[in-house]
Amino acid sequence: MIRVVLPPHLRTLAQVKGEVTLDVPGGGPVTRGAVLDALEARYPMLRGTIRDHVTEQRRPFLRFFACERDLTHEPPDAPLPDAVASGAEPFLVIGAIAGG
Amino acid sequence: MSGVRVLVGTRKGAFILTADGKRQRWDVSGPHFAGWEIYHMKGSVADPNRVYASQTSGWFGQIIQRSCDGGKTWEAPGGGMTMEPGQMPKGESNKFVYDASPETGKPLTTHQWYDGTQHPWEFKRVWHLEPSLTDPDTVYAGVEDAALFRTSDGGKTWQELAGLRGHGTGPKWQPGAGGMCLHTILLDPSNPKRIYVAISAAGAFRTDDAGKTWKPINRGLHSQYIPDPNAEVGHCVHRIARHSSRPNVLFMQKHWDVLRSDDGGDSWREVSGNLPTDFGFVIDVHAHEPETIYVVPIKSDSEHYPPDGKLRVYRSRSGGNEWEALTKGLPQRDCYVNVLRDAMAVDALDSCGVYFGTTGGQVYGSTDGGDSWAPIVRDLPAVLSVEVQTLA
Repeated sequence: MIRVVLPPHLRTLAQVKGEVTLDVPGGGPVTRGAVLDALEARYPMLRGTIRDHVTEQRRPFLRFFACERDLTHEPPDAPLPDAVASGAEPFLVIGAIAGG
Repeated sequence: MSGVRVLVGTRKGAFILTADGKRQRWDVSGPHFAGWEIYHMKGSVADPNRVYASQTSGWFGQIIQRSCDGGKTWEAPGGGMTMEPGQMPKGESNKFVYDASPETGKPLTTHQWYDGTQHPWEFKRVWHLEPSLTDPDTVYAGVEDAALFRTSDGGKTWQELAGLRGHGTGPKWQPGAGGMCLHTILLDPSNPKRIYVAISAAGAFRTDDAGKTWKPINRGLHSQYIPDPNAEVGHCVHRIARHSSRPNVLFMQKHWDVLRSDDGGDSWREVSGNLPTDFGFVIDVHAHEPETIYVVPIKSDSEHYPPDGKLRVYRSRSGGNEWEALTKGLPQRDCYVNVLRDAMAVDALDSCGVYFGTTGGQVYGSTDGGDSWAPIVRDLPAVLSVEVQTLA
């Protein structure tokens, strides 16, 4: 079970409170791409809000943190830390602090 | 009992103002979608309980919201939770992808950029939603970078009417300072195959075959800010309005100049007349008097506030040229707000109501065709759009 922490606006949009817990299918390593696939499968209204519909590029004002590390620039198919894969630590989607 | 529902989009959420037919006491609902930019909301004429909203954010992109109960509750069409985790998504919620397929027209991938080079078309947001006049599930969306999309399933899926970008002048289109947006969509109640759109800064366009083919309709527009002031495209049209009983008569507020067309846009003539400045954004038509039109003059394209600090709506009862200032109830000193292009609307009650919103967060209403005004709300976030539904 993977734990995902969304920014407040996306929690409102997905109508969830607190963390989201997801089953990520597949027997291989847990990757950011697989986590986002599972997240969007369960909450289709989030499609396009974290990554582009077509290119799957990350939206510029969002970043990905876990285990006190910035994983934003890791490839989407790179394995996430074991602590994320085991559910010990959450995968965080962070909105940039900017704007008015 | 008749009533009015005013749909207000702001920089930080949506607000819905409702009143009975007297329009004296208002109920304010909101903020809906708090913290998000609501570029536009509009209700369906075919089903007034059906309302669509464009919710957008620099962080999270574009969301389409739909209400089936007049704005009390909302959903993202196609975005409902799938009950079995791990399934592939069934919805196509919020997906706007430019059509570049050879089967539906010549692929068009670039337009002119500020420096004159060609630049890829990139979707940014929906500026305007225009529900069909007959089908509540069919809606047109004007987007930035400029293109026209349509849904026929209540907002779940959107398809581009690619003939607009592909008709020939698309590579010459260039963004204005506010972006290259398609902001005006007019459906013709007498001819379902005729649609007008306007784009900043490309101009006005018309289709007579339901969106397959398009042509520029900018003859008579004169714009000093482009190399050829009378060019076929390149004009910064801010807004076009028309009365439903006279679909061939169009009124335009351009970057500079107020114009009218009496032949469905084939030709235009200036009717700025005695306006204190012919720069502005909004323009609208009285619900029962097709030659009575309203504008809010703005001092200039670099200052974007009313002349002399006086917020004045100007009304012409002769379809332009002769204008009178409407000031009763509006601030006549120290007022430096702007009124953006989609932020004026009228109701269809016997005594026509006129409404507009400002970047200062006020929404003003008039129940007597503009003779007098009063604020309905004073302290909203900056208002981006105002639409009105007249309820039976």
